[in-house]
Amino acid sequence: MPHVLSSSPVCPLPLLSFENVEVVYGQARERRKALDRVSFAIEAGETLALVGESGSGKSTLAKAAIGLVPISSGTIRLDGVDLAQRHRSVRALRSRMQMVFQDSGSALNPLQTIQRILETPLKIRGVPRPERLARIAEALEQVNLPTSILTRYPHALSGGQKQRVGIARVLLLKPEILVLDEPVSSLDISMQAQVLNLLADLQDRHRFAYLFISHDMRSVNFLSDRVAVLYLGRIVELADRAALQANPLHPYTRLLFESIPGQGRRHIELPSTEASGTETANTGCRFHKRCPLVTSLCREIEPNLHVTGHDHFVACHHAQTEQVASARVSRRAVNDLRAI
Amino acid sequence: MLALLKKAYLNNSLVSGATLLSVLAAVIIVAPFLYPGDPQSMVAPALIRPGEDARYILGTDGLGHDLTAELMHGAGISVMIGIGSVTVGVFVGTIIGAIGGYFGGLVDDLLTRLTELFQTVPTFLLVMALVCVFEPSLVVIIAAIAATSWVSVARITRAQFRTLRQRDYVLAARTLGYSDARIIVVEILPNAIAPIVANISLMIASAILLESALSFIGLGDPNVVSWGSMIAEGRDYMRSDWYLIAIPGAAIAATVFAFNLVGDGLNHVLNARASS
Repeated sequence: MPHVLSSSPVCPLPLLSFENVEVVYGQARERRKALDRVSFAIEAGETLALVGESGSGKSTLAKAAIGLVPISSGTIRLDGVDLAQRHRSVRALRSRMQMVFQDSGSALNPLQTIQRILETPLKIRGVPRPERLARIAEALEQVNLPTSILTRYPHALSGGQKQRVGIARVLLLKPEILVLDEPVSSLDISMQAQVLNLLADLQDRHRFAYLFISHDMRSVNFLSDRVAVLYLGRIVELADRAALQANPLHPYTRLLFESIPGQGRRHIELPSTEASGTETANTGCRFHKRCPLVTSLCREIEPNLHVTGHDHFVACHHAQTEQVASARVSRRAVNDLRAI
Repeated sequence: MLALLKKAYLNNSLVSGATLLSVLAAVIIVAPFLYPGDPQSMVAPALIRPGEDARYILGTDGLGHDLTAELMHGAGISVMIGIGSVTVGVFVGTIIGAIGGYFGGLVDDLLTRLTELFQTVPTFLLVMALVCVFEPSLVVIIAAIAATSWVSVARITRAQFRTLRQRDYVLAARTLGYSDARIIVVEILPNAIAPIVANISLMIASAILLESALSFIGLGDPNVVSWGSMIAEGRDYMRSDWYLIAIPGAAIAATVFAFNLVGDGLNHVLNARASS
């Protein structure tokens, strides 16, 4: 699997980049930040996994990337082009990024045959019929589906088949980056392995970049190059997968790894493992109410994402105590900027 | 599809409603052959009672019109007004509901206000006002009834679109670059159609009732016979010759009942499918 290392979360010219992206839901008093100053970058052929518990903003991030959720501030760039522009060329550019949905069944129109589901995206792009059929046959072969399913309706297929139809549909458009929103979580374990293998093969063949969203650490370990840990809308740790596994720095990341079943521990003795609205901190680190390492500093000052080792970013005051001072400075710098 | 037909066949109200409607259709088809010419011509002595004269099975009215001829020709007019106004109403209502429900926001607010505006005015008053302003012809009556019947279609369609636009296959269509028009017509509408279809026969029933009421108060098209106008003419003889209003009244009741049965049956069959 291709392995791309980067020196900063925002590379000079990555394939896809998020720069301080924020998504706000609701209005006035009901306002809730689903994504808060999220920055990262993905290069061609690389898999960035996005992990976090439900409500951490994973799906929002996927939908923001693909353009299904409008962003409130920040910039999303694909190949250096700001996707917020409403220009014809941006629409064409968007084709290069496609999404595989979580629920394989509901992503296919129940009243259309597989043939029609696969043909329409090509039809609206003006591809002539013989070429459409050839490309569909090729895509089906790549996802190991027989052409006999073309005449069937989605309800007549198994979960794994439906998910592979969903993958074939995006393959047809020859994308460069795929947003995988929990692509296997609705499948049986045996199907999960099949689909994950398929995704890995396709990546090898086409040098796809994957933004892989998951709450299952095992599939993350299988597919990803780098991992970003999302907590209540912020990236709290971002590192090479192996580095993160060997040395998780953020207490929340540690909690996530320890919650993988079958890791030798029968009981996980940690405070509540799920975030709720009341635990959302108003000031300071957003994890401080659940953090075992909490100090008064954590309650007052929110740590910024800073580099601690080689390609290892973490937002925690205690990850490396010498980083605390710099975090404080950068926080002050942010306040200064706001005052201006 | 076969399962759907089987379910439809097993549904009592759908089968009995459809049977009644096919009788009605047969009547409409044979009317011009059995009774050619204007049913409003005076063919016989006035006020022959039903069964008195074999040539006029249902008798004649105060002006010597053959009631059987009037009843059979009136069936066509009633059903034409029902189907015509509902076709227009469904067309307009679906477009307005689909646009509002799909786009949301300001467009939806405006269209919802418009729908509510029509909803607040009592249906019959609105139809009456429209028919009074223009001349009472078939086209005006159909348009006036359509102007009130689109409201319910718009509300059903909007509700459907608001739910369905969040479905993954619609989101997928957006990420695949489908145009809004294609998503509305090809992706969402076929999935939204069941409750609209089930509503159609109920709408036809109430359109027929509205037309009868209009004719009864003398706002019908004076050039054609409808069941409502037959009742209006029979009103003067109500105490002596009750059959003059009872016969067209029964025809209206049976037709409305049949359409309601079909609507109810369709609702069961189509909704059961949607939930399974």
